[in-house]
Amino acid sequence: MILVDKNTRVLVQGITGREGSFHTKQMLDYGTKIVAGVTPGKGGQEVHGVPVYNSVKEAQKEHEIDASIIFVPAFAAADAALEAAHAGVPLIVLITEGIPTLDMVKAVKEIKDLGVRLIGGNCPGLISAEETKIGIMPGHVFKRGKVGVISRSGTLTYEAAAALSEAGLGTTTTVGIGGDPIIGTTFKDLLPLYNEDPETEAVVVIGEIGGSDEEEAAAWIKENMKKPVVAFISGRSAPKGKRMGHAGAIIMGDVGTPESKVRAFEEAGVPIADTIDEIVELVKKQLG
Amino acid sequence: MKLHEYQAKEILAKYGIPVPPGKVAYTPDEAKKIAEEIGKPVVIKAQVHVGGRGKAGGVKIAKDPNEAYEVAKKILGMEIKGLTVKKVLVAEAVDIDKEYYAGLILDRASQRVTYMVSKEGGVDIEEVARENPEAIVRYRIEPHKGFRPFEARQVALDAGLEGNLNKLADVLVKLAKAYEGVDAFLAEINPLVVTKDGQVLAVDAKIDLDDNALFRHPDLAELREVEAEHPLEIEALKYGFAYVKLDGNIGILGNGAGLVMYTLDLVNRAGGKPANFLDIGGGAKADVVYNALKLLSKDPDVKGIFINIFGGITRADEVAKGVIRALEEGIIKVPVVMRVAGTAEEEAKKLLEGKPVEMYPSSIEAAKAIVAKVEGKK
Repeated sequence: MILVDKNTRVLVQGITGREGSFHTKQMLDYGTKIVAGVTPGKGGQEVHGVPVYNSVKEAQKEHEIDASIIFVPAFAAADAALEAAHAGVPLIVLITEGIPTLDMVKAVKEIKDLGVRLIGGNCPGLISAEETKIGIMPGHVFKRGKVGVISRSGTLTYEAAAALSEAGLGTTTTVGIGGDPIIGTTFKDLLPLYNEDPETEAVVVIGEIGGSDEEEAAAWIKENMKKPVVAFISGRSAPKGKRMGHAGAIIMGDVGTPESKVRAFEEAGVPIADTIDEIVELVKKQLG
Repeated sequence: MKLHEYQAKEILAKYGIPVPPGKVAYTPDEAKKIAEEIGKPVVIKAQVHVGGRGKAGGVKIAKDPNEAYEVAKKILGMEIKGLTVKKVLVAEAVDIDKEYYAGLILDRASQRVTYMVSKEGGVDIEEVARENPEAIVRYRIEPHKGFRPFEARQVALDAGLEGNLNKLADVLVKLAKAYEGVDAFLAEINPLVVTKDGQVLAVDAKIDLDDNALFRHPDLAELREVEAEHPLEIEALKYGFAYVKLDGNIGILGNGAGLVMYTLDLVNRAGGKPANFLDIGGGAKADVVYNALKLLSKDPDVKGIFINIFGGITRADEVAKGVIRALEEGIIKVPVVMRVAGTAEEEAKKLLEGKPVEMYPSSIEAAKAIVAKVEGKK
């Protein structure tokens, strides 16, 4: 497991909203240790038995907080992440979709300078199977096992995790890094953690068109990775210049093409699965 | 969201960047009148959201108002890459000495807004990047600091721009302010012209806006041109769907952008061509699925539909209910192939028993089936 386990104490920012409240319940049901929530102006309330505070600092006076998950609407989401970072919360998971890009350029830089890890935005969060879920994924498809999963997509991650679980391989920690062009954590930031995690025996990287994070990950793998990696890339038939659902899934000129990503992984000796089913086959083969 | 040249120039002018005097005309008469007001030779430029207007004959010089009338008459109504020209910019023609390029883009790898400046302006910058990459100076702007005059002067010098250094740097600083001010994805001046009498002018400009930030620019959001986009894409916006019209004949519907992209890939691999990308998002209820199918049914290209659902927060039985309603109301008139897995998979299968929908356990098999059906009908 990396980053989070059953002892991770979680704060929910935007806990009184529809999404925040719904997923707080889902996470509590999974066993996540949610200790507090924040909605400015709604301090003193309770959501599913979780006390609500007006600010992150106010919550910290009563609780130890290891991670925060954010469901705040797009216009205020980057600000909420900065609030958590300045309060010293070491891990921030930003679920919100549709955050203005320049807000993220500024927030990501500031949060990194504070030494805080940000995952997302526009991401499904992360889950350490059968321990804790700090995200919006369906927990039951993740069976505890030996494969780490990092993904830019939500649903495809669930598919891959379900397939790995059904095949008896199971997952350690799965991280949805998000579909936006500017995100806090990329593939190559997480690969070193899996490399050192004794429980993780192989890693699946689920990429898609747009940007060059897959290429950078491939370069890192080639030089440093001790464990087998299997890659998958979605959007291989997508037309150029069109945004395919995710704000970051767009081929601009020569940047972000599937060909470039496939080539990079091939050069790094990383087998590429053409289908979700093939991910399982390739992982099995890699593990011998 | 893309802006027209004249809209981009209005923004630049607001930020203090000199642009040649000009106005938009919708008729040849208007073009003539604007040319009279300017009182000098003018350039008449088609305002359409595609590149390569010049090569397509959409940019022409007119020496006097009468010629402006004739030229505007030719360009208005012209088709450029499938788009009809409905308006032209009539602007003063300038005496060009030097043509440069100045553009700001978001560089994802460095997570910085990045300046690209080149003395090779007036041509396609992507071509310059390919053939003569050292002719482009790239400079990353530090968030929170902005782009300051000393940086601008150095970038101009490094790029080898000739002309009044302070004037050139001033334009670069103001373009960076405009980029941030309107929440752009891309802002470029091409060409940035030094005239024979030493003026620095933005002769052509392009700005693409960040859709995610339009909520704080209601004045700019209003500029979205419904007629310039596909009508189904506009309708999808109303429902909040991520929808992209494609050129094939198999309607695709799924939950999650990654899954939908994967579904397109599978259909392609099976030899078919998707008619669209359609992501109904997470947690969709029956009515959302029903609306999505209604949208697909309005596309005359769609000869078959492939619904690919992995239930997580989205319940497969809710999806099934939406499909059944669309079937019962006779909205769907083409074959439907479906693959559901995950949350409430069994309930969904039960609901769909006996309905005219073919169910497959695997996405790959479902893709093959819908391609066979659609291709077989030809």
